[in-house]
Amino acid sequence: MDFGGINPVILIATLMASAVPILLAALGETVVERSGVLNLGVEGMMIIGALGGFVVAVQTGSPVLGFIGGAAAGAALSLIFALLTQVFLANQVATGLALTLFGLGVSSLGGQGYNGIKPPRTGQLLPDALADLPVIGPILFGHDWVVYFSILMTAVLWWVLKATRIGLIIRAVGESHEAAHALGYKVNRIRLMCIAFGGAMAGMGGAYVSLARVPQWVDGITAGAGWIALAIVVFASWKPWRVLIGAYLFGGITVLQLNLQVAGSGIPVEYLSMAPYLITILVLVIMSAGRKGKANGAPASLGQNFHASR
Amino acid sequence: MLRLEKRPTPSRFWLYATPPVAVILTMIAGGILFAAMGKNPFEVIRTIFWDPVFGEFAFYLRGQLLVKAGPLILIAIGLALGFRAGIWNIGAEGQYIMGAIFGASVGLAVFPTESRWIFPLMVVAGAFGGWLWAMIPAILKTRFNTNEILVSLMLVYVAETILAKASTGFLKNPEGMGFPGSRNFSSYPAAQNAFLYEPLGLHWGGVAALVTGVLAYILLTRHQAGFQIRLAGQAPRAARFHGVSPTRLVVLCMGISGALAGLAGMFEVTGPAGQISIDFNTGYGFTAIIVAFLGRLNPLGIVLAGFLMALTYVGGEMASTNLGLPDAAIQVFQGMLLFFLLAVDVLTNYRFRLAVGAH
Repeated sequence: MDFGGINPVILIATLMASAVPILLAALGETVVERSGVLNLGVEGMMIIGALGGFVVAVQTGSPVLGFIGGAAAGAALSLIFALLTQVFLANQVATGLALTLFGLGVSSLGGQGYNGIKPPRTGQLLPDALADLPVIGPILFGHDWVVYFSILMTAVLWWVLKATRIGLIIRAVGESHEAAHALGYKVNRIRLMCIAFGGAMAGMGGAYVSLARVPQWVDGITAGAGWIALAIVVFASWKPWRVLIGAYLFGGITVLQLNLQVAGSGIPVEYLSMAPYLITILVLVIMSAGRKGKANGAPASLGQNFHASR
Repeated sequence: MLRLEKRPTPSRFWLYATPPVAVILTMIAGGILFAAMGKNPFEVIRTIFWDPVFGEFAFYLRGQLLVKAGPLILIAIGLALGFRAGIWNIGAEGQYIMGAIFGASVGLAVFPTESRWIFPLMVVAGAFGGWLWAMIPAILKTRFNTNEILVSLMLVYVAETILAKASTGFLKNPEGMGFPGSRNFSSYPAAQNAFLYEPLGLHWGGVAALVTGVLAYILLTRHQAGFQIRLAGQAPRAARFHGVSPTRLVVLCMGISGALAGLAGMFEVTGPAGQISIDFNTGYGFTAIIVAFLGRLNPLGIVLAGFLMALTYVGGEMASTNLGLPDAAIQVFQGMLLFFLLAVDVLTNYRFRLAVGAH
């Protein structure tokens, strides 16, 4: 059942795992942006999470604690962003960029001495009997717990944003912070919590790169995944299920191009490795061109700081 | 409890006081970081900020300052024009790489011809390469309303793969015995960006940076286009009523910043770097974002900020060789500088008031 040296079942199973980092980060960013905040520091929070998760997992020997550590590290870094934009009212674009530069620096500084170490393995969740079933086994049952967690989070966020009071408040703050303020909601406090949640998700996504995907510590390990996560949020029109589709699409392209490199397709390696970025651009163009002039689903207060004058 | 109160007009004092205050705060926080790493903070700070200018090896290091400051200033000025107008070109690193590849390609294509026209032609090609790379996000923005931040950034990764292909493939030195990297420009005088005055580290890139600083200042303060840029950034609606075309503004700002980044790349690759190699780019395109903000998006301020940032590079290298400070510590230091700058900046538009009673 191979097509040009590529097995479609394994391809689908791998893309689900390879999409986890961008899926988690993009889900977190979706909540942040729905609350009206544009945090461009996803890449920085991811790489801090990758390092934090790796260090905790290696020190404690527990991958689960590693993921929690990664989430904590990402959330901690995002609090710097929250402090600057929500308390000191700094420009969100500039602060997000600063967060990425700072995160890359801190991770490379803190990661010294962790090169070449193997982290504890995150094994598959379900018994082999299920995972060994033909075709559906590897796709549905052969994953580690984080893959299922990421799908669960998609469903949870969809439900929270759509059907709960918390979701309504977050959306109100993101659509019109003036109105939300007039209703008595603490706009900046709500945004701060959303930013911290986004940081935790990005950190956990980063931890999945260093603990499960690669799995070791190298400088700059996230390699632009954070930026792709940001693009996917736009692609998904700020909707959780579409984030999942987007992440799987890009996970699929990444896996496919790696498989093509290995299979020796005759296409030069350089062109294959730039494919995910070019396709991201292409998709962004299609998504934005389709609804020019009309509302594109972006929260109305996205990127604007709020200062209560009264 | 303290609360923020919006100032009726931005404070002129804090507009100018913000960068020095941020630098001082960064020195303090950086000192704590260095101390935590087991280094003597005073020695590290002195090595970074004092020694390159007045220390024992200053005669050599002073020259390095302009070498590093030149590309940072060139790129940052272009970025600042866009940032002022609310156009976020984040992909200067990619435009810098493409400028270097275009410029170097012209030179290498005519190797080993000797003519005085080769270098000027390479300069034009470099600017064109950067401009072309910046036009992709600009046109996608104006035609399809695509987010320029994400597109310009994705193109950095694309440019990096093209650079890898260039140094191992189409620009590889045929006499390089299989090593990656192009011919070295230092052995090709007609295409080399040599030092004009070595003790100051002055090459054509430095000249271009300083001239661009003055020209951009004149553009912003004395020219119609500069007025439109400032207006579009501060009051987009008013700008539209004034007849400012957003499309033209995006193309103009992205084009200028791309061309300047391309120039910086071309001067770097034919001068200090010497050849196209996989990692000749040292992140100037990203650091220039810090420089642009540190200079308050003002061309003359950016010239000063460029030298300050160059100081952290040169001093950081000194600290790395003499005191064993990791390179990444300097990156963290630069990130902190931007954080403190953004935080202190609140005082330009707001003031802290002691809140009495409930509000």
